[in-house]
Amino acid sequence: MNGGLIEILVSAAILLPLGGTVVLLAFGKRLGEPLAGWLATATAGLAFVGAAVAALDFLRGTGDAHTITWFEWLPAFGVDASLLWDPLSAVMTLVVSGVGSLIHLYSIGYMHGDPRYGRFFAYMNLFVTSMLILVLADNFAVLFVGWELVGLSSYLLISFWFEKPSAAAAGKKAFVVNRVGDVGFLVALMAIFAAFGSFGFHEVFEAAPDELTRGAATAITLLLLVGAAGKSAQLPLYVWLPDAMEGPTPVSALIHAATMVTAGVYLVARTGALFELAPVSAGIVATVGAATALYAATIALGQRDIKRVLAYSTISQLGYMFLAVGAAAHVAGIFHLMTHAFFKALLFLGAGSVIHAMAGEQDMRKMGGLRKAMPVTFGTMLVAYLAISGIPPFAGFWSKDEILASVFERGGAWYALWAVGLVTAMLTAFYMGRMMIMTFAGKPRWDDGVHPHESPAVMTVPLVVLGVASFAGGFVNTPFALGLEHFLEPAFEGVALTHPPEGLTLWLLAIASVAVALVGVGAAAAVWLGGRAPAEEGAGWEMLRNAYGVDDAYARVFVDGGGATARFTAARFDLGVVDGAVNGIGRLTQWVAARLRPLQTGFVRSYAAAILIGSVALLAWFVSRGAF
Amino acid sequence: MSLEVTPGWYMALAAVLFVIGAAGILLRRNALVMFMSVELMLNAVNLTFVAAGRQLNVIDGQVAVLFVMVVAAAEVVVGLAIIVAVFRRRATASVDELAELRG
Amino acid sequence: MVELVLFVIFGLAAVFGGITMVWARNPVYSAMGLMLSMFSIAVFYVSNAGHFIAMVQVIIYAGAVMTLFLFVIMLIGVDKAEDRSENLPVQRPLALGLLVLFGAGVLLAGRLAWTTGPRSGGSEVNGTIEAIGDAVFRRWLLPFEVTALLLIIAAAGAMALAYFRTGEEEA
Repeated sequence: MNGGLIEILVSAAILLPLGGTVVLLAFGKRLGEPLAGWLATATAGLAFVGAAVAALDFLRGTGDAHTITWFEWLPAFGVDASLLWDPLSAVMTLVVSGVGSLIHLYSIGYMHGDPRYGRFFAYMNLFVTSMLILVLADNFAVLFVGWELVGLSSYLLISFWFEKPSAAAAGKKAFVVNRVGDVGFLVALMAIFAAFGSFGFHEVFEAAPDELTRGAATAITLLLLVGAAGKSAQLPLYVWLPDAMEGPTPVSALIHAATMVTAGVYLVARTGALFELAPVSAGIVATVGAATALYAATIALGQRDIKRVLAYSTISQLGYMFLAVGAAAHVAGIFHLMTHAFFKALLFLGAGSVIHAMAGEQDMRKMGGLRKAMPVTFGTMLVAYLAISGIPPFAGFWSKDEILASVFERGGAWYALWAVGLVTAMLTAFYMGRMMIMTFAGKPRWDDGVHPHESPAVMTVPLVVLGVASFAGGFVNTPFALGLEHFLEPAFEGVALTHPPEGLTLWLLAIASVAVALVGVGAAAAVWLGGRAPAEEGAGWEMLRNAYGVDDAYARVFVDGGGATARFTAARFDLGVVDGAVNGIGRLTQWVAARLRPLQTGFVRSYAAAILIGSVALLAWFVSRGAF
Repeated sequence: MSLEVTPGWYMALAAVLFVIGAAGILLRRNALVMFMSVELMLNAVNLTFVAAGRQLNVIDGQVAVLFVMVVAAAEVVVGLAIIVAVFRRRATASVDELAELRG
Repeated sequence: MVELVLFVIFGLAAVFGGITMVWARNPVYSAMGLMLSMFSIAVFYVSNAGHFIAMVQVIIYAGAVMTLFLFVIMLIGVDKAEDRSENLPVQRPLALGLLVLFGAGVLLAGRLAWTTGPRSGGSEVNGTIEAIGDAVFRRWLLPFEVTALLLIIAAAGAMALAYFRTGEEEA
């Protein structure tokens, strides 16, 4: 395909949503419902179409990577505003714009009646623009711009209903915790520039094996991990994600499930060449991922708010992706990223549909029996449930299994991580089953006056599309037809990818993961189906519901500690030391003046004597200098 | 005896007169006597000018003396008018009485 | 030879006049002492070939200025002797020390080759009216005009000081 055409299509992918943002910010109110929503959906949709066309070459296996330079940006750092169009960025772009446009479409119905309708879609388009900048970046500087912008969009969208104090606080929390990760990212960028003298991906990855010592590589990659952990809500920087559920459900679906949180995974995958030089860091990435996956899964079990279950579920699945890229199974990681985008977006949108029908109720204890009232929602969410649990032939099975198999393939200490992944898979099926049963099955436990009904077409159509994707999406990369792997291969040239084993081992592993998944499903059914749900009281359940008290601990240490420091600085230091110094200068001046006052005797003769003293001194000075 | 009186001698004498005038300013309280001491100092300076002019063989020394005298005359006029004015107010010619500007 | 004798005699006279001026209790005696010093200095002008300024010294300084001083002394009526005590204790020792230092400094500075060495080139200075007039009206014309202006201002100032006094007293 013509290189120029690709340039146009890829540039348009970013510029269209950007244009949408600008137009909607300026004229959003005037466009009103539902036109603003359709405009935003159109820009995202067109971006998807353009990207799909541009990616055709890669599909045929004939495409080369393209670098598209917009303009020279920072000559001092040798940085241009340039984009990289290669298979990896193509996959990310398609996922972001594809799932994104479906969520935009859904939002047209979901946000109906909101007074700031146009503003919402402006922010959504801003987010799509930012995310695309991030994934299409050709150098770390542009990536960082996208990184920060998605953080901004996330903040704006989480606290969209800022009249609610909890929403405003959640937005702040997300931004601040992200910032902590960003510090690591920034230091990593500085280190990269110090080592390579450039920010460009090409320069850095080519020169990495020669330029970096193992120690330097480990340091840089660990710092990158800090940044990634912040953005992708891994231990210990995950605390913002559950609170981010204060935002409208489409926001949760798009940003906090399908796309923004995957930026960390993308970052690790993209810098795979660096992680290859630092096996310790890669191991840490995988361990953090596995630990987070298990940890979050346990917490999800104790949640009563339907969105919080999904939030912790997202954290857990992100852990899987980190486990994959830590094990250098980048294809598996990106694969799971893709399938997770499908089924997690679907789960969130379905939950939104439920919440919408339940007039804003989010507590699952007040739901139940919705499958008759909302058949489409139920059906599609069931598909998503089977996918996330890893039941073949749904999409999640193929991607999760490839991760577990690749980890197993590494052997040695990695077996432990594989085991953790396996246990987590069982837990996933278990807690998601609980959610499904509490929401859809059994007898209704609704509040009075609640009349749930199915959502309008504009909301159910995206659900169906995502349902189809959650079913068939896995077929792009099965052991029988490794489509995605071949697609992504050119992007990971020079990096040693981990592949799943073949033959009998693979079958055995597959059977193992399906088995645990079925155990999970079955256990959930056994416990909750049939109306014998446990009361979920007691210390154990409390601890899970409270997410092990981590939030409170953070609050005590950082918030209270910060407050105390601020008070100390303001009162003791600012008033005492700084003001004291300034006032002290005044007092000193007065003291000196008081000491000097007696010189002003008022007697002319004293003044004459003073003059003479001066003259004598001057004379002595001149004479000593031999000025005569 | 053929000791030559060089201009340096005159300058030394002028220095002595200058010091005497300075002593008068520092040690006398009477405004008029202080003023006269100033005149003595000016005269000493004039003598220095003349001696220097003679040493350098230029007329400018004496020209300077002329100007100094003119200015000294003007200064005496105004200064005495002030002393008279102060005396009319305060009935004193002692500068130590005029110490309002003490700090 | 003559110059030496003149220098010694009138030098002693000048110093004597100065000391009288500082020491005498009666201001009239002080004025007399100053006049003696001025006359001596006029003699020195003559011996340094400053004939014109010697005359000016006698007429203006010793004549007009000192007479003016005496007028004011009489007018104010402080021809009485004044009190000898010193009310600034530090003043006497301080003055003594400073003056010794100052004098020593000046004399030290005065040990110059160029005042004790040979004279500079050029013709011997001749302080006649023609010579001074030539210098004043050619080279030093501007200072001449400025000092003339200064005289006018001084006269006007003195009149103002005297006039206001009477005006206020009558008002």
